[in-house]
Amino acid sequence: MTTRIVELRKGILKKNDELAAGLRQRYTAAGVLVLNLVSSPGTGKTAFLELTLRELRARGARVAALVGDLETDNDARRLAASGAPVRQINTHGICHLDADMISSHLGGWSLDELDYLFIENVGNLVCPSSYDLGEKVRVALLSVTEGEDKPLKYPTLFNSADAAVITKMDLAVPCGFDRELALNNISEIRPGIRIFETSAKTGAGMEAWFDYLAVERSSRK
Amino acid sequence: MHELSIISSIVESVTESLAAYPGAQVLEVRLRVGALASVVEDSLQFCYEIATEDTPLAGSKLVVNVLPVVMHCDPCGQDVTLPSLQSFRCPQCGEPVGDLRQGRELEIESIEIEENP
Repeated sequence: MTTRIVELRKGILKKNDELAAGLRQRYTAAGVLVLNLVSSPGTGKTAFLELTLRELRARGARVAALVGDLETDNDARRLAASGAPVRQINTHGICHLDADMISSHLGGWSLDELDYLFIENVGNLVCPSSYDLGEKVRVALLSVTEGEDKPLKYPTLFNSADAAVITKMDLAVPCGFDRELALNNISEIRPGIRIFETSAKTGAGMEAWFDYLAVERSSRK
Repeated sequence: MHELSIISSIVESVTESLAAYPGAQVLEVRLRVGALASVVEDSLQFCYEIATEDTPLAGSKLVVNVLPVVMHCDPCGQDVTLPSLQSFRCPQCGEPVGDLRQGRELEIESIEIEENP
């Protein structure tokens, strides 16, 4: 009997990372901008996305969405009312979307006929940060009802984001939302990040968001 | 809380590597986990024993080496270790830092095995 140490140096999520890299190549080749929306449950990802899909379509953009939840297709039905193609991914207990789930739900869609593909992740501020979906832009959302210190409590997610969206700004005053503090906390965790202050109810702040989307789509990395 | 799926990936990966060492018993599995990897050692340890039952990893010990976050600070011209995840600023000059050099690792570093002669 001899004992020995075998160096492996293997990424634990290597399979997901490889699949995600393949997806990223497909997205780039097709010229579709893919965004991964992440937040707690109840932040308003679906309402924000409903308005985004509707407005982009009204402006002639070709959009589609994948939406992840543990159960139900409620969100897909809400989003599909925009007229955009939408598919629900039910994870049945899994706390995040992974690249394999994305890949298996893209079947039959021609990516090169899309300008934007939005992926609404499972509501969770921890697990989705580990799973690359091949997206170009990861968007972390935070609502004014959640507390300004969310980014400090969940730095792993906010630090991995490319853009941040504050939702429900129409409730900022009744909630006593400290805007400066929230902006500072986000920037403290992710210096230099673009932050959008929005309301899906009033449409406030959405123009800046659409401008950002257009710029991201035209700039290829 | 996706530690269970993390361990399933570890079992799969280690089992593949064991093909080169027939009959070997796994004594220890050593991980490198960055502080920003969203994986908690306690949770990994908590489910490790049950999740490795009836696999070639059964009875092995899990060792987790947690790596602090290292960022590159441009003004200082060097890599700096962050003392906490509450502020992404250089601990020396106080400037914001965005260039991550270490902290998202999630990998199996090595395994210790006992080989049959």
